[in-house]
Formats: sequence, C-alpha cells, structure tokens
Amino acid sequence: MNNPDKPIDPEREKRKIKSVKRMKDIMTHYYIDAKTTDQTGKKVAWITSGGPVEPLIAMDVIPVYPENHGAMIGAAKMGVDLCEKAEEMGYSSDLCSYARADIACATVNGGPIGGLPRPDMLVCCNNICGTVLKWYEVQARYFKVPLFILDTPFNHTEYTKEAYAYVRAQLNEYIAFLETHCRKQFDFDRLAEVGRLSMAGQRLWQQVLDTAVHRPAPMSAFDAFFHLALIVTLRGTRTVVDYYTELLDEMKTRVATGIAVVPGEKYRLLWDNLPVWFRTRWLSDKFAAHAACLVADTYTSSWCGTLKYLDENDFFGSMAEGYSRVYINIGTDQMAGMVMDMVDKYSADGLVIHSNRSCKPYSLGQYDIQRIVQEKRGIPSLVIEADMTDARNFSESQIDTRIDAFMEVLKS
Amino acid sequence: MITVGIDVGSISAKAALINAGELIGSRVMLTGYNARNAGENIFTGLLDDLGIHRDAVDRIVATGYGRNSVAFAHKAVTEITCHAVGAHFQDPAVRCVIDIGGQDSKAIALDSTGRVKDFAMNDKCAAGTGRFLEVMARALEVDLDAFGKMSLKADRPAAISSLCTVFAESEVISLIARGERRANIIAGIHESIGSRVVAMANRVGITEPVMMAGGVANNIGVVKALEKRSGKTILVSAYAQVNGAIGAALIAAG
Repeated sequence: MNNPDKPIDPEREKRKIKSVKRMKDIMTHYYIDAKTTDQTGKKVAWITSGGPVEPLIAMDVIPVYPENHGAMIGAAKMGVDLCEKAEEMGYSSDLCSYARADIACATVNGGPIGGLPRPDMLVCCNNICGTVLKWYEVQARYFKVPLFILDTPFNHTEYTKEAYAYVRAQLNEYIAFLETHCRKQFDFDRLAEVGRLSMAGQRLWQQVLDTAVHRPAPMSAFDAFFHLALIVTLRGTRTVVDYYTELLDEMKTRVATGIAVVPGEKYRLLWDNLPVWFRTRWLSDKFAAHAACLVADTYTSSWCGTLKYLDENDFFGSMAEGYSRVYINIGTDQMAGMVMDMVDKYSADGLVIHSNRSCKPYSLGQYDIQRIVQEKRGIPSLVIEADMTDARNFSESQIDTRIDAFMEVLKS
Repeated sequence: MITVGIDVGSISAKAALINAGELIGSRVMLTGYNARNAGENIFTGLLDDLGIHRDAVDRIVATGYGRNSVAFAHKAVTEITCHAVGAHFQDPAVRCVIDIGGQDSKAIALDSTGRVKDFAMNDKCAAGTGRFLEVMARALEVDLDAFGKMSLKADRPAAISSLCTVFAESEVISLIARGERRANIIAGIHESIGSRVVAMANRVGITEPVMMAGGVANNIGVVKALEKRSGKTILVSAYAQVNGAIGAALIAAG
C-alpha cells in the first residue's frame, strides 16, 4: 500500500519488475489449492526440488516442495526459530537448515503459511544431496506415508550407460508406485504433454535468465531467486509457460527501453550457490551501492541446465539422464566448466561464491572452482560464508568488509 | 598535504598522520564499546601528540570494522586495501601481508604497485585471532605482552587441536591441570594459530617477502610459529600495528 506521506520515487518505480504481483498471486493460489485438498479430493506429494515432478502432474497429484517452503521460511526470517526447534528435538545444528526447518515445522505448523499441507506420499530424488534420504525417511515415519526414492548416481567424470539403465529402471518403479498410491492407471500420453510443457517452461526460464546478458542487465540473480519458484513448483503446467512468456516480454521491454535493475551498472558478477534467503535485500543493496549487478548464478540456472539431455519425443525415458546430470550431481571439473561458460556468456567481471554451511554438496569443491576460474579466466572471486536459512551463520560485519574489499579489488 | 588514517578495529583503534609522503606520527588506544567515540578520541589524541590543529588536516580516511562509524572521515576503505598500501609504503618489495587483528586474520597478495591481487579471511570464528590470544592469556594468567617471549622458552610445544576458541580454552585448562609447563602451552597456542593462518594464507599464496601486520605481529611467538609452519621469513616492522592506519592516510593523500 502506498504511504501518502512518502513520495514515490519515479526512478525506483520504473525499475520495479511488474510481473512480481502476478507471480505472488500464482503462488498464493498454488498453496491454497495444496492446502484445500480435503475439499477437492486431490492427493499431495512432497518432492525434493530436483525431483521428477512431471509424473505427479500427469497423475493430478499436487507437488509440494519442502525446499521452496524452506526458502519462504528463510525469506520470512523464521529460519532460526524453526532450526532451534529441530535442535531441541535432537537434530544436529550441522544438519541442513532446510531439513531442520521442515522437520520442525511439520510438528508445529509454523512458518509463514502455517505449515505445508499434509502429504499423501513422498518422492525423494538424491540428485541434489544425500541429506534428503534421511530427511524424507524422517517425514515418511512422522506422517506414516509411503516414500519413493529415486537414486541418481553421481557423475564424477562422465555419464555412463549403466547409470542410465539403473535410473531408467527406477522410473518404471516410480510409475508403479504412483499407480498403487493414486489407485489409477498412469497415462503416458498425458505425461508426454506435461513433458512438452515442462521443457517449454525450462526453455522460457533460460530465455528469461539470458536477458541479463544485455548490458545493463534488466534483472539480477536476486530477481531470478524470486521468479525461480514457478519453474521449481509448477514445472510441467501451462501456468509456468504463460507466466514466463509474460516475464520474458517484460524483460525484453526493459532491455529495449534501457531499464537497468542496478542503476549505473558498472560491474557484472556471477553468484554461486543458493541465496542467503534472509539477507537477499541487504546483499542486493550492498552490491548495488557499488554499482555491481549479480547478472547470473549457478543456482537458478539449474532448473533449465539439463534441457539438452531431455527429449520431447521420449520425455519419460529422457528423464533418467535429465534428472541425473543436474549441476550439483556432477564432478568439480564439470562444474568449473559450467561456471566459466557462464562467466563468458554473461561477461562477468568477478565471481561471488556463497560457501553455504547447510548445502555441503554445493559447497564442496568451491575452492577448486575458484582456483580454476581464476587461473583460466583471470577474474577475482570472493567467498562469503553464510547459510541459506539459518541466520546464526551470518556475520554482517565480516561479510560487509569482504564485499567492500572485493569491490575495491575490482575497481583498482 | 597532511592526511590522517584512522583504523577502528574490534579491540584497538589506531591513527597515523602523513605529511608529504612521510609518516609523522601514530597512536594506538583501546576501542572500547563505542566505535564512534574511539574514532574521535584517537584522532584528537594523535593531533594533540603532534601539536597539529584539526584544520591543518586536509583529508581523512577511515578503515577497520568501525570505518563507517567515523563520521568526519572523507572516505571509508577496507583494511585489506589499507594494509596492502601500508605494507607497500613500508617496504615496496613486499608481496604478501599477513594481518592478524582482534577478530579476524587475513592474508593479502599484492603486486609490485601495492595493489591487492587477492585476499583471504578467516572463517567467522575467533580462533587464530587476537581475541583468541586474549582468552588464552586470561586462562593462563599471563600478561599478553609476555606471551611471545615466554613461548620461546618452550622445549616441547603442547598440541592444541580444537578449532573452537572456547574448546581450545578448555584444552588449555586441562593441560594446566596435567602440569604442563606454561611455556609449552603458550607455544602450542601459537602453533595452532600458525597452522590455521598459514593454511588460510596458502589460498592466496605466501610469496616472499612476507610482512606481518596487525597487533598480533608484536607477539614474537606467533611470528616464529608462522615462519616455522610456512617455511618463509616474515618481516615485522615497528609500525605493524598501525600499518592499516598508515595505508589509510596514504590513500587519503591520493
């Protein structure tokens, strides 16, 4: 609501992304649908953020993401309370803060939306980490619901046909699991359509991110962190395709009319790892004060990074490869290669690495990636130690000094 | 042109005054709880020492954790850049600065012009910092100033393995209870700092000549531990503690 006493800054208003409101409405409706299944009779499945969601959409199951919820908890600055609650329950403070927040939240229905809807089943894919296995087992016991685990072997060097065959076979088990618990036959034609929408959504998301190649960038990684929610939660639906079409139009208009997200953009940076959800505004303002724009990141691009492995004509079969070769399920050398590709593509002047206390697989290898990028691209980099949700792992003055010093290096 | 650099750190505040490229004077005091006052007090204290009127000072640059609380400074610059400039002023050959301050330790790689090439800072944890030494000195009931010399008398440095200041303190207490010699415990503390800081500094590369800056440079035991661990010679200037303030004053001169 506008404050009549506070004059509106027309420049700031111009820079605001207008699609934000529609996005918020979509997310609100999505959570209302997910929380009113006692009236609609639909089933709810909790699924990991990198999990194969398309078969759920094809079965009319509403997918719900504890990790998206974790991000909301973090952004609402409610992470510490829930993490402490989990620690009271006996979980270690070294455990991922999403896992702690989710496990605690389930018992008290806390957080910004009063907890997630009760699941009818759980789908866990370990392509993002190993923690999700135990986390989902805990929740399966707590809610007394069936759990399906899709095991995607880590790709240390190259993708093998054995890995493909192993995951491909599990996809059949996944379908059988859904048929059993939804008590209906799986419709593969429907999946093919969902797959097409999923890929269309991913392509559009990539195009949205690509608009930041333009100098000055019309959006930053901080905007991507926000708009990401749809490709994660509603991937495979028409809603995503429509929304990103609209967002892409807005970004193209911003490029055409020269609207920069960071006024006077001088420095272009690449962000690695998850956002620090409880400090996105602070970090965004901090970098903007140095005329620095985070033009891209390795995180939000993960939800469109495996398009080349997906096949529209055999979406079901290609999910095996697509879901196995995501950014954090590959070796450090491959990750460094992708980081350098992004440095080149987005003309990044520097690399900002969030060493995330919670996300071990994402943070492991970062010093090697830093070294490789410095050697091969000669750009400076900065490591920030923090956490995506647990604010107790964020020390403002230390990070403030690091960012200022890093920017002094870039400017000198 | 007269310029002043003010370095408000977590434990101590430092100021240095430069006139026409020459260091005229410097001063150190405890920061206390009010960083804003510390900036003002160290500035007026230094001017009084030198008999220079406030109006004669052309420009002021603030640095350190309290850099943004020095309202009268013309500019705030981080201590990383200031230490590089200060070390380059003291010895232009220096290519690496190891700064151990009150609440953090840093390693800075610099080029032949004194520009920062890369830097690394400690994890957000007090182990390996001046505060860590303060806690240990209290546990051992030894004056911190005597720490360095005392550790040189060690015959068998004790092993302090914990990475946490609080747990390391309890390790020290159990070593005391076991009757370990103080000199050996202190030497062990210095070695634990040495190994932490060298591991961090290796991330940016410890290229000689290496200069140590920050208040902890006055502790010969830590300097020796760093040399032992890194296998490099470490230079310590008489102005180690005010190195950042000197750099700030030089930056103020442009």
